[in-house]
Amino acid sequence: MAQNQTEIRYLNPPTVEVKKKKYCRFKKNGIKYIDYKDGEFLKKFLNEQGRILPRRLTGTSQKYQKKVATAVKRARHLAILPFVTDLMK
Amino acid sequence: MNNYETVFIATPVLNDAQLSELVGKFRGVITENGGQIVSQEDWGLRKLAYPIQKKSTGFYFLLQFTGEGNIIEKLETQYNRDERVIRFLTFKMDKHAVEYAEKRRKNINTKKEE
Repeated sequence: MAQNQTEIRYLNPPTVEVKKKKYCRFKKNGIKYIDYKDGEFLKKFLNEQGRILPRRLTGTSQKYQKKVATAVKRARHLAILPFVTDLMK
Repeated sequence: MNNYETVFIATPVLNDAQLSELVGKFRGVITENGGQIVSQEDWGLRKLAYPIQKKSTGFYFLLQFTGEGNIIEKLETQYNRDERVIRFLTFKMDKHAVEYAEKRRKNINTKKEE
């Protein structure tokens, strides 16, 4: 039983996900203010359903994640961004 | 003297005369209470992301002004009273926001000149 375990041969080696070092894009390019009025920029931080992406995916630092969150909520209040959609992008 | 930025959405059923009168009214409220209007932008008729009061489009107006804190209370009561305004948001700008607004205005002007 144990032999055929080791005999499993993969046709092509399984691609292990190379760990990309995440960085906070605001610190890197020195953006200080996130504008709640331009929806295009804020859409990068929303998923298809229009929900805010968590920090672990976008890699932004906590300080700027809070700014993004308030900006998105203001944009939603002004109907620039929807609260919930099915197909955003 | 703080910097403020207010955005409001007007119902789409208004014609141009009523719109300019509406904006004039709010500019008046600001200037009467000792505020100074820095810039005004109107984004025209835009589609809303979700229907507000059964309407799916609206006229967006942006007013950037400086003034004391007590202006905001008066301004917002005017907004609430006026039924032509369906949504409004006032926002106190910090120094980064003011820089950003200037930069944004500069490249809007350059875009216009091209």
